[in-house]
Amino acid sequence: MTIVARPESRRARRADRPAARRSGAPRGAGSPGEPRRIGWLYVLPALLVYGAFLLWPLVRGAQFSLYEWDGLGPATWAGLSNYGEMLSDPVLRGSFGHLAVLIVFYAVLPCGVAFVLVGAMSRARVRGLAFFRTALFLPQVVAMVAVAVAWQWMYSADGPVNGLLRALHSLGLPDWSRGWLGDFTFALPAVGLIGTWVNIGLAMVLLLAGVQKIPRELYEAARIDGAGPVREFWTVTLPGLRRELAVALTLTSILALRNFDLIYMATGGGPGDATKVPAYEVYNRTFNTGEVGLGCAVGITIAALAFAITAGIRRAVEGRPDRAEGRA
Amino acid sequence: MIARREQVVNYAVLTLFAVIAVFPMVGVVVRALQLPDLDLSAFATAWRDGRFAVYLRNSVIVTVVTAAAATVLSIMAGFALGTMRFRGADALALLFVAGLTIPTEAIVVPLYFDLRSLHLDNTYAGVILPQVAMSVAFGTFWMRAYFRSVPPSLLEAARMDGAGSWTTLWRVLVPMGRPAILTMILLISMWTWNEFLLPLVILNSEEGLRTAPLGLSFFQGAHKTDYAALMAGALIIAAPVVLLYVFLQRHFIAGMLSGAVKE
Repeated sequence: MTIVARPESRRARRADRPAARRSGAPRGAGSPGEPRRIGWLYVLPALLVYGAFLLWPLVRGAQFSLYEWDGLGPATWAGLSNYGEMLSDPVLRGSFGHLAVLIVFYAVLPCGVAFVLVGAMSRARVRGLAFFRTALFLPQVVAMVAVAVAWQWMYSADGPVNGLLRALHSLGLPDWSRGWLGDFTFALPAVGLIGTWVNIGLAMVLLLAGVQKIPRELYEAARIDGAGPVREFWTVTLPGLRRELAVALTLTSILALRNFDLIYMATGGGPGDATKVPAYEVYNRTFNTGEVGLGCAVGITIAALAFAITAGIRRAVEGRPDRAEGRA
Repeated sequence: MIARREQVVNYAVLTLFAVIAVFPMVGVVVRALQLPDLDLSAFATAWRDGRFAVYLRNSVIVTVVTAAAATVLSIMAGFALGTMRFRGADALALLFVAGLTIPTEAIVVPLYFDLRSLHLDNTYAGVILPQVAMSVAFGTFWMRAYFRSVPPSLLEAARMDGAGSWTTLWRVLVPMGRPAILTMILLISMWTWNEFLLPLVILNSEEGLRTAPLGLSFFQGAHKTDYAALMAGALIIAAPVVLLYVFLQRHFIAGMLSGAVKE
């Protein structure tokens, strides 16, 4: 999970303090809200595990990425050459290109669909809203490896996708059926659509929560002004959902960055290099081709991209002060 | 106010996407059970050849230990960061939040080599400790948000009754915070149960320790196109989480939501 930290929290806390004093707390070592070194003792166990098994490996990863190493013999200093190779190696460069395509499928497309669904859910009371929400969110909780198996069957030669396309063919449309995940042109979009399928529910739940906070009066005012569903969307819904949209785009883009499971299980990066992505190349370069430094360079780049996406999208949204203040 | 025709279109759109969302999962169930005949031979194949009984046991051990350890550590850290002021508290809170953006891909390779030199590769500890670390980043953030919502007057009252911070935490605040804690446990358990890359790398040679998702990937290698058996395997590993989700979906969705939007 990624979080869009907010400036309010600090402000809210400052507001708490006078309240604590007003309640008549005697000022002493033990009173709540007063500085206490014992706090460190409470944090220490978590901090030790977190530092040793998350932060330290990250530092080590950055260190490894500066060496040429096959994982067995001695390592030699390589400076930034692994990062240079990441940009010059056509397969690795291609993997970042594939990532860009997948972000469209994992983030942009699901948010688009989610807007349509939220539009359908919010204009009037929908019976069975909880049911639709549960069903649409379901793909989020299923293990990616199981999702991969399910979709290999969906896309298989005699699977439901080709079955549907053949039915369309018999109605006079061209025959679009093919072995989707083995096709050099269509494997990447086919994998991308699995990501779309997984992420629609997540984007929808986020946007739905936001839309319920938009004051009803804004819709009524828009309707009195004679706005139809489309204008209502552009003038009321979309501006009201800026923050939720940003969170949805952040979370889904990061899921696109971290799609190792799906690629490993569904295509293994193939056919050829058609579905190789950075997350897969971290594993592939380290354990299959013995380029540990290069694998780590890709891993560190993924972490940097995740951080940049989180910070970038947040800035894009909170850059406008009027919105940063408004909502709780 | 809404035209009847629009109402119909709305339901049609929602139904279409709900069907798309559920269809592959229903397909898995239908193929695995070979409905409508209800033939369990695919399960027998998966259970026997796939050794899913062993893999499920391993997944339960890893998930329960990870969730239990991460929960206790997160409650303690979140309590301190949420209710006490001490030097470095804000910096610590930021440090834990930063961990939420660190992807497994960035740490898995150095973890593999360093755990190997500590002889922790191919052990339970080798897959549990890094997952506790990842869970603690979220858990501390989550519990801190909960403890900050506790009214200061309550802490004060507990203190007046002579309760120390340790007693206040476990006797007063934790029982009160059961919904928030349950949500956290569910999310951490789901992420740990579904985790694939870390066990794949750390448990590379010890077949007896493989977790369920890892087991499915090896089972797939051996049964490439035996879809019924593969679907049975997929159903075995997905079912526990899906069942929890169906009964406690509010926790899952609320957790994902406030984890992302709050703070």
